[in-house]
Amino acid sequence: MPTFEYAPAPESRAVVDIASSHGLFIGGEFVEATGGKPFKTVNPATEEVLSEVSEATADDVDAAVRAARTAYTRVWSRMSGADRGKYLYRIARIIQERARELAVLETLDNGKPIKESRDVDVPLVAAHFFYHAGWADKLEYASLGSNPRGIGVVGQVIPWNFPLLMLAWKVAPALATGNTVVLKPAETTPLTALAFAEICRQADLPPGVVNIVTGAGATGQAIVDHPGVDKLAFTGSTGVGKMIARSIAGTRKRATLELGGKGANIVFDDAAMDQAIEGIVTGIFFNQGHVCCAGSRLLVQENVVDEVLRRLKRRLGTLRVGDPMDKNTDVGAINSKAQLDRITELAGVGEAEGAERWDSGCDLPTSGYWFRPTVFSGVSQSSRIAQEEIFGPVVSVLTFRTPGEAVAKANNTPYGLSAGIWTEKGSRILWMADQLRAGVVWANTFNKFDPTSPFGGYKESGYGREGGRHGLEAYVSTGQETT
Amino acid sequence: MSTRVDVRKTYKLYIGGKFPRSESGRSYEVTAAPTGRRSTPRFLANAAQGSRKDARDAVVAARKAQPGWAGATAYNRGQVLYRVAEVMEGRRAQLVQDVRDAEGLTAARAEGVVSAAIDRWVWYAGWSDKYPQVLGGLNPVAGPYFDISAPEPTGVVAVLAPQASSLLGLVSVVAPVVVSGNTCVVVASQDRPLPAIDLAECLATSDVPGGVVNVVTGRTAEIAPWLASHRDVNAIDLTGAADADGVDWADLEIAAADNLKRVLRPGGTGAEAVEPDFAPVPDLSRLSAFLETKTVWHPKGR
Repeated sequence: MPTFEYAPAPESRAVVDIASSHGLFIGGEFVEATGGKPFKTVNPATEEVLSEVSEATADDVDAAVRAARTAYTRVWSRMSGADRGKYLYRIARIIQERARELAVLETLDNGKPIKESRDVDVPLVAAHFFYHAGWADKLEYASLGSNPRGIGVVGQVIPWNFPLLMLAWKVAPALATGNTVVLKPAETTPLTALAFAEICRQADLPPGVVNIVTGAGATGQAIVDHPGVDKLAFTGSTGVGKMIARSIAGTRKRATLELGGKGANIVFDDAAMDQAIEGIVTGIFFNQGHVCCAGSRLLVQENVVDEVLRRLKRRLGTLRVGDPMDKNTDVGAINSKAQLDRITELAGVGEAEGAERWDSGCDLPTSGYWFRPTVFSGVSQSSRIAQEEIFGPVVSVLTFRTPGEAVAKANNTPYGLSAGIWTEKGSRILWMADQLRAGVVWANTFNKFDPTSPFGGYKESGYGREGGRHGLEAYVSTGQETT
Repeated sequence: MSTRVDVRKTYKLYIGGKFPRSESGRSYEVTAAPTGRRSTPRFLANAAQGSRKDARDAVVAARKAQPGWAGATAYNRGQVLYRVAEVMEGRRAQLVQDVRDAEGLTAARAEGVVSAAIDRWVWYAGWSDKYPQVLGGLNPVAGPYFDISAPEPTGVVAVLAPQASSLLGLVSVVAPVVVSGNTCVVVASQDRPLPAIDLAECLATSDVPGGVVNVVTGRTAEIAPWLASHRDVNAIDLTGAADADGVDWADLEIAAADNLKRVLRPGGTGAEAVEPDFAPVPDLSRLSAFLETKTVWHPKGR
């Protein structure tokens, strides 16, 4: 097979100007933290320090919640839906205007390929704000119950895999429905959230409607535990999700949890094989496999497993792994040293448990955090690499003979976030989709997202939905006001 | 004319379509609600005092019944549940007496409660083939894809039935759970369990498959923690934690987090749990609390 050489095509980083240190965004102003330990955020592709970020203490979180409460009571809950919507439209437009800058910033801080941040993340961010802007004055048509209105102050804690997109998934519906927000971005990827704070200022969003506090687990816990928070929205690991569920037990705080997954991507022998191979690649190697709904378990019908593995390996050999700022890069850097260690450890476990390990053997940069696209075949259902979320570019291949067996194996996990089906037989797609215990089922496609499309898990992948009419539900109170 | 000695009923559990005694061999005395000047409580029956193992057996029965019940057509589920209302109407006299004994109501008020309970069952039965359209639909995504979201039952639901409203409250929490294809394990009102067993007889003589509704009577504080922590239970309704002896709903919610059960909290504000008024016609919130939304994508192309 011919190998095509590409000349380097680096995106310019001149479009971003990163401040050497950042405060917290509280009440519409950037303020100094009250004594937390500042931490550095690095470019995972180079280990270059990008900026120093404040650690919000419980006192800072308290100040942010108070600012959000004041904004809720005095301004945001009294504003007409139409006016709330206009602020969201403004934000959507500013995101479009500053799209290139946000994409570069995201790639520098996160390590994902610029073509993904530019073509997927940032356009979806703008789309989320645009979509929810239109809901703000139409909530009574959303079949949510009588007298739909905001709940109050919402605490939101988001992960590092899609930093700005997860912010949009959280902030846009919260604001559209009349809530105010205290949001904590992940400690390894705070920069686009801080840029979003600037966007809120450009949009003249009333102070306190959006507050951004940076920090790690302790800051997140302070948000979860704050008595002034009415509702929590969290995306992250199932372990932390359970801690949050316990923390708010016995209170009236509401929560939506979007947690881990171990998605089954199921390939039947009659699948359109070229598309299926691309779908497998998109399913697990998109965003370095840092995707909660990744198709990390590949279930292949036994009679075609050799062919699928041969084609998959050939395709992986053509993936371009390296500089995320290069416009031709397919797979970027692992987001952090800690995550690289976890992926490395679990891959070692896979080998130790007897699965056959293969990777593309591609060259990797000498600095930064990197992991080659890796395939484990001959994986048993009880293996840890078939049960635990690796959250990296590693796919575990299992086989099945009948549709019934595929369903049984796909559902044999405590998770229930996503699944994929590859077959040309329509009735089988619909039957399989009915049987799979997963919140999102992609048939003959994978990893597609849209603001109109509800996303969220079954079982231990969490509860609540984000996106679409369904996503509004979590942010709305209905019925008579009790106060 | 001699007075006939009446034949009294033995009240047992309802698990998997059968009426077993508690495996623990225990029972507890159920007395009528005090009315008038009567000083000693009137004995009604010895109800089965369900145990941890009974609760777990009930979960096994509910899990076994769940795929078949969820797999039935919505039209079929609607007809089966409507038939429950027909059977309740036929047993109206018994249910009225139940409610009078359990809640100390006058005959007229008890008649009203039973009518409301039957009508409530009919209301929910009619939802079986309607809520998927109301709560689901096509998503207008920005691309060449067919993208649809539809609600599905969450699975096996543990239900703590209201302590005070022994029939109307019971129907109001059970019907919204099962109409969508969930199956359930109901912990009956601790002090007013007999209407739950008589309702179980209505279910058993309708066409509701065994295991769809399972009823365990006994001490709520003893049984509920096992259901809250059970790994094969998908959701728990804590409505009956209000006024249940020795039950702290916060503890149950903490236990439920072990496998991220969907939790319907009891009524009330703050830590206080209050039993709601079941008289008004409900909204869809109890039904939708035990649903999952599944979104399916497929490309469009020539």
